[in-house]
This record gives sequence, C-alpha cells and structure tokens, in this order.
Amino acid sequence: MSILYFFLYLLLVTIIGLLYMGAARKITAHIQNRYGPPVYQPILDVLKLFAKKDTASHGIMHSLGPVIAYTGIAATLLFLPLGNHTPLLHFNGDLFVVLYLLVVGPLGMALGAGESANSNATIGIARALSMMLGYEIIFFMATLPVFYHYGTASIYRVIQAQGAFPDWAAILFPISFIAGLFALQGLMGEKPFELVVAPHEIASGPMVEYGGKYLGLLQIWHAVGIIVETGLFVDIFFGPQSILWFFAGTFIVFFATVIVNAVMPRFRIEQAVRFYWGLPLLLSILGILQVYIWR
Amino acid sequence: MKLFKFAQSRSLWMMHFCTGCGAVELPPTMTSRFDMERFGIIPMATPRQSDLLLITGYLTVKTLKRVVRAYEQMPTPRYVIGFGSCTINGGMYWDSYNVIKKLELYIPVDLYINGCMPRPEAIIDAFLKLREMIDKGEANAWKKYIENYEWYKKNQAEVFDVEKWSLKK
Ligand code: SF4
Repeated sequence: MSILYFFLYLLLVTIIGLLYMGAARKITAHIQNRYGPPVYQPILDVLKLFAKKDTASHGIMHSLGPVIAYTGIAATLLFLPLGNHTPLLHFNGDLFVVLYLLVVGPLGMALGAGESANSNATIGIARALSMMLGYEIIFFMATLPVFYHYGTASIYRVIQAQGAFPDWAAILFPISFIAGLFALQGLMGEKPFELVVAPHEIASGPMVEYGGKYLGLLQIWHAVGIIVETGLFVDIFFGPQSILWFFAGTFIVFFATVIVNAVMPRFRIEQAVRFYWGLPLLLSILGILQVYIWR
Repeated sequence: MKLFKFAQSRSLWMMHFCTGCGAVELPPTMTSRFDMERFGIIPMATPRQSDLLLITGYLTVKTLKRVVRAYEQMPTPRYVIGFGSCTINGGMYWDSYNVIKKLELYIPVDLYINGCMPRPEAIIDAFLKLREMIDKGEANAWKKYIENYEWYKKNQAEVFDVEKWSLKK
C-alpha cells in the first residue's frame, strides 16, 4: 500500500516540478519582454524525449547514470514532509540521510558522464563537485542553528516543533535564513552559479552526450530536484504548513531564485567558490553565534 | 500515441549549424522581437539533444563532413531545414569549386526556406509548417536516410574524394 502511495507521490511531485520549470521559462520570458512557451511545455519536452526511437549509449554506466540520479532524488522524497503532512520515513538524524542523498544525483551524473569521455562533460563534473565545496557547507551551517535550537536532527520533528506564523525558524534566525537563500541558489544550479551546465561555454556540461530517453530522465530528475530543494528549505524555515501553503511557499522561494537567475551573468568556478566563502560563510557563522548566545 | 505525436510537434529542440550568412537571422528569431520559444523551439547545445538541424546557408566540402557527422549523431526522429538558395541549388556560389550545390544529395531535407536571406518571419513560418507536417506524419525525411543509406554514402564519398577536388586537375 505504501509503495503505491509512494509512486503516486513521486508522480505528483514530478508533474509539479515540470510545471515549475515551465513557470520559470514563462517568468524569464516576461522579464525579457517575450511571451514565452506555455507553462506545460516541459511536460511536452519530456514526452517527446521518451518518444525518441533510438538513443546512443556509451556503455552500461552511461545508461545507468541518469537512473542513479533519479533514484537518489526519489529516495529523498521518502524523508521529505510536504508541510505538516507526515513523510513515509522519519527518525532522529534523517537530515543527514537527506544531505547524503542530495549528493547521489551529481554523483550519478559524474559516473555516467565520465564514461562518455567527452571533455566538456568532464569539465562540467569537475565544476559540479567543486561547487559543492561552496554551497553544501553554507547550507549545512545555515540550517544547523535551527536543528540545534529544537534539539533534534529530524526534519519532521523540527517542523512540528515550530508554531504558526511568528514562531517560524525564518523569523527566529533571520541571518541563517539569508545565508540559506544564498546556498539555495547554488544548490539549484541557477545563475550566477549555473557553471555546471553553462550551455554557451561547455555545451551543457555533464549532459553533453545524453539524448533521447536519458535526457528525459535527467529532465525529470531536475524537476523533482526543484521541489526537493525548495521544499527542504520551506520545511526547515517556515514550519508546519498545509499542503497548499507548502507548495505556495516552495513556489515563492523558487520564484526568487528564477528572478535572480534571469538578471545575472555567470561566475567562473573560482569566483563562485570564493563568493561562497565570503559573505554567506560570515552570515552562517553569525547565525550559529546567535543561537550560541541565545541558549 | 497521439499524445506523443502532439508532443513531438510542439517541442522542437534545434541545433543551428551556422555555416553561411543565415546565422545572422537567427538571433532576432530567438530573442524578444520574434520569440520562437513561444512555439516550444529552443536552441540546444549538442546534436545528441536536438531534433531539428538548421543548415543556414552554403556548405563547403569541409563543413559538409561535420554536418553529416552531427546529423548522424541526432536521435531519430530528426528533421532538417535548409536555409536560403545556397542549400537548394548553390545560390550565388553555383560555380564555386568547393561549395556543394544541392544539400539534398548528402542528407535528406524536410523543408527548404528560399530567399537570400530568409527573414525571421519566413523562418517562423517554416517552423509552423514543419509542425504541421509532423502532425500529419509527413516529415519522414529521416527514414529516407536509413533506407537509402548506401546512396547517400556514395554521394558523400564523391565530394569527400580529395583527388577530384584538388586544384591539380
Ligand atoms: S542563400 Fe544567400 S544569404 Fe544564404 S548563405 Fe547563400 S548567399 Fe548567404
């Protein structure tokens, strides 16, 4: 029963994630004074990719890479509460499991793209793994005060421990919240931290040799990733919400990243990591100091 | 099945192989003025990801080799649009020694846009026409390439033949 439930859940999140991607394209188009594609365009793209007749593969690992990436992100959904709705699994310490599972996606891509032996893919992977040094540390340090304050490392319990509006972690820890927003931009791979994909520079990086069904799988991986990443952020900082408000919250956070994405140029890799080790690191340290002084 | 057809015609990822003058008409087609993204057409970075190959103008023998290679890397179903008179009959390069005259002999073409140079309106019109053809199941040039593979390879080998094209003759 719960397996069926999980697959329905996965389907729902995939479709909503694809609609978010469509909304992002529409918003970007409006910022650039264009009409843009219909909101359901990414769904059509994925259907088209799955309808491709043949797809080149460079070996077993190359085919398995997107599958590993998608499985990793789908497993994260087991632990991700949609607002005040109970997740399928929760225990003390599931935050760390989720942080590890978030790395499975880029690793799957790395394994798959590595086998294609395309130099653009290799550069993209190297950038993805170096970028993690930047945003992962900030993301973890920004959420640390929240988990420390409520004395648990379970996402579900942190949500339940927070109350209605004025008791949100975002309001208790505004400095960490801002640092978290910086980290989220990198986690989502939006500009100015888009250097992993960078279509004009390294021809879409790790995805350069993927086409057809594999690319379709990578698209839905990205779609679920959007919901998981913004959802994790909303869960940790905005407390218990009904499911509709949860999606409204994720959309607002996503909207902010898309707007920044639409008006920003792209960093080079060393600039991006140096940026993260500047202001966002300082903010996240201040956030930790705040909770330390407070207790 | 119908849904997949619909998706195939509404979502075309293109690779523009910017060889000739045609390249200059594509940026206005992509950006705010003509905005082809509203038809679901966006430029893609590599042939493996794209469905639509745009040959924007004349092709030298040297470029043709790359075009054939890019074309063969694209997953099927794939579509080709030839831009301008150069791809149809050589255009103003009709007597040039190193430019191919008829693109159709080397890779199958679904649609030509004539003009020297076609305006963005004409390009968008061609995209809509291609969408219509896919809906009706007429855009089958890629099947021709698979069925007549030997014939295409023979034609390609003829121009790739260095001896024949060398200036000594
Ligand atoms: S058809 Fe005209 S515009 Fe196009 S490549 Fe040939 S000469 Fe240039």
